[in-house]
Amino acid sequence: MEVDTGKLNSIVQKYNGDKSYILAIFQDIQRIYRFLPKEAIKYTCEQLDIPFSKGYEVATFYKTLSLKPRGKHTIHVCLGTACHLRGGPNVADTFERELQVKIGDTTGDDNFTLETVNCLGACALAPLVRVDEQDFGKTTPGGVKSIINEFRNGE
Amino acid sequence: MSVVELDRIASEYNNKIEGFQKIIHICTGTGCVSSGALKVFNRLRDAIDSEGLTEKVLVKKTGCHGLCERGPIVVFGNDEILYQTVGKRNVEDDVKLLIATIKDDQIAEKLLYRGDDKTKRYVSTHDIPFYSGQTRLVLALNGIIDPEIIEDYIVHGGYRALVKALSMHRDEIIEWIDKSGLRGKGGGGFPTGVKWRSCKTAEGSPRYVLANGDEGDPGAFMDRSLMEGNPHAILEGMIIGAYAIGSNQGYIYVRDEYPLAVERLSKAIGQAREYGFLGNDIFHSGFDFDIEIFRGGGAFVCGESTALMTSIEGQAGEPRAKYIHTVEKGLREKPTNLNNVETWASVPEIINKGWEWFSSIGTELSKGTKVFSLVGKVNNTGLVEVPMGMTLKEIIFGLGGGIQGGKKFKAVQTGGPSGGCIPEEYLEMPVDFDSLTKLGSMMGSGGMIVMDERSCMVDVARYFLKFLVEESCGKCTPCREGVRRMYEIVDRICSGNGGEGDIEHLEELARAIGLGSLCGLGQSAPNPVLSTLKFFKEEYRIHIEEKKCPAGVCKSLITLHINPEKCTGCMRCASECPVGCITGEKKQVHTIDQTTCIKCGNCYDVCHFDAVTIE
Repeated sequence: MEVDTGKLNSIVQKYNGDKSYILAIFQDIQRIYRFLPKEAIKYTCEQLDIPFSKGYEVATFYKTLSLKPRGKHTIHVCLGTACHLRGGPNVADTFERELQVKIGDTTGDDNFTLETVNCLGACALAPLVRVDEQDFGKTTPGGVKSIINEFRNGE
Repeated sequence: MSVVELDRIASEYNNKIEGFQKIIHICTGTGCVSSGALKVFNRLRDAIDSEGLTEKVLVKKTGCHGLCERGPIVVFGNDEILYQTVGKRNVEDDVKLLIATIKDDQIAEKLLYRGDDKTKRYVSTHDIPFYSGQTRLVLALNGIIDPEIIEDYIVHGGYRALVKALSMHRDEIIEWIDKSGLRGKGGGGFPTGVKWRSCKTAEGSPRYVLANGDEGDPGAFMDRSLMEGNPHAILEGMIIGAYAIGSNQGYIYVRDEYPLAVERLSKAIGQAREYGFLGNDIFHSGFDFDIEIFRGGGAFVCGESTALMTSIEGQAGEPRAKYIHTVEKGLREKPTNLNNVETWASVPEIINKGWEWFSSIGTELSKGTKVFSLVGKVNNTGLVEVPMGMTLKEIIFGLGGGIQGGKKFKAVQTGGPSGGCIPEEYLEMPVDFDSLTKLGSMMGSGGMIVMDERSCMVDVARYFLKFLVEESCGKCTPCREGVRRMYEIVDRICSGNGGEGDIEHLEELARAIGLGSLCGLGQSAPNPVLSTLKFFKEEYRIHIEEKKCPAGVCKSLITLHINPEKCTGCMRCASECPVGCITGEKKQVHTIDQTTCIKCGNCYDVCHFDAVTIE
């Protein structure tokens, strides 16, 4: 995959080329591509003058970074304790069934990536689902379809 | 800058808002926003515009009010009227009711909070038990100030503690914090004054102060609400601490999953720099200090002090052994003082009101208040701040209004993955740092997850083990391998394949992992299992010997049936079944197709007639 070195340079510049900001740099790059392309890790490591293995270690350690391409919309089903107790796992199962993907995977049309998260901090509204930056509180298996449709129709 | 100047800023801002006859606070904490608060805000602003009331009514976006379950929350003036679930059914209708209240002081009955018996209606927050039972110090301004306007914080007494602190001797500040009895509210409970003093006297420079806003505990969101609702209190506490310790650089470590917290903190830091509360020569005292935000990457272990520091250094956030304390050699091997955001936010009021005031609240060894996130199967979920020493019962049944759906209380889980489950017989237990530890749980950062009879304790233990398997950084073997092994055993028990010796094996592993792990994550990982084994061993036994799940949760051990004598044919279960395995005509008895049923229990939960049974 070709990466836009101009964009990568400007992100690295924003942090003055300081390698201690590698996580922030990766997060910014991910906002462009919706995932972290291997080529981008390689290029950034060269710019920061650190070995690729070090960059790769950071990229694989943190959960918010994804080395797999993501779809247009990312669905996060929260499985924090409160969400777990109030039926979060059933909501996650229903998403898997409706989208016909496993957690962590992307639908064939590249529209949705389904992921779970260990707490989004809106526990009072459990079970919570976040699609991109929009939150849906007190979700039920019955309500999954309409959440999907909201984003499917909005294409 | 002096108090006189702060007064001038406050009075200028007051002049600006003086013309308004009414001030309305709309909660825009994450909870209320996901219930539609922004829609209410925008529609109300439009309606006020078209009514020609713009000059008379100020609508403010504030941080979390705490009563998240009933959001969106709208509060008039100084807590005079609280409206709940505004716009939940129909935004237009509810905005009309708000306008009627603005214009004619007409109170909208249907938006008022109702008591547990659904008959009594409460107008003011002072009357609602959820609020009247609390002592709000750290959360006092959440819900009142607009977190994006620094002047609003100053009007409410902000940055006065900083002015006062800069006129005090550094040792005197530490002395005050020490005598106040403030202890680390991130979970450790370590005396804050002692930590500050050790950091101040440690050899080396520069020194760093850090705020831990990582909050990876599932079921806890008090740090988030504080960062979103009152970011300046955290900054002010950090600046005071940095001055006392002798640090010129601070970092706030915030989860990347909290974008709004990052945004509000960034804005607050920018404003504080503009006013000269951060930067060089703060208030002409010769003291330089600045704060940067460091976004975490979704790793639970990074809430641990050494892992958090490793992460800021630009590496994978693995912890290191603490033979040498971080106050001596922390971030970049330099003296570092790390406190939780709630601890930092407690500092300004201690300086303002004195250590005697603070230490008069709470218990003998746990002073002040603690913010808890009260969630799970409780009626009033949300954030509560109570004096240390309040009992679990007072919190869950008094403030929380008891268990949802009139079900029976079973246990409360405190302290997240490092804590444990506390059963009914200990409900009278006062909540403070030390008493929960005695029960094999801990107060932790303040997550309080209430469970009812439909919660399976073995499943809960499995849940936490799965969480910890995913979150273990893998650096040390006891945690990496041991927790996984515990998970496998408990998972086997949940799926009906438990056998003799499993419990003993779990206990043995728990001891080894607790003793042998490198950091707090591993050391405390067995706690959820040990506490459930301690108080709910019978439930484990039934899973293992009788292959049954009494709470009806573990899917391999249950089947769902419809009792034909009770079924009214209302079709509710059929319409809520996610796989469509329930069939039956209207007003006819329904049946569940066992071959396609996924045993999610949804039909059981939605049935109004107790017609669905779990075996």
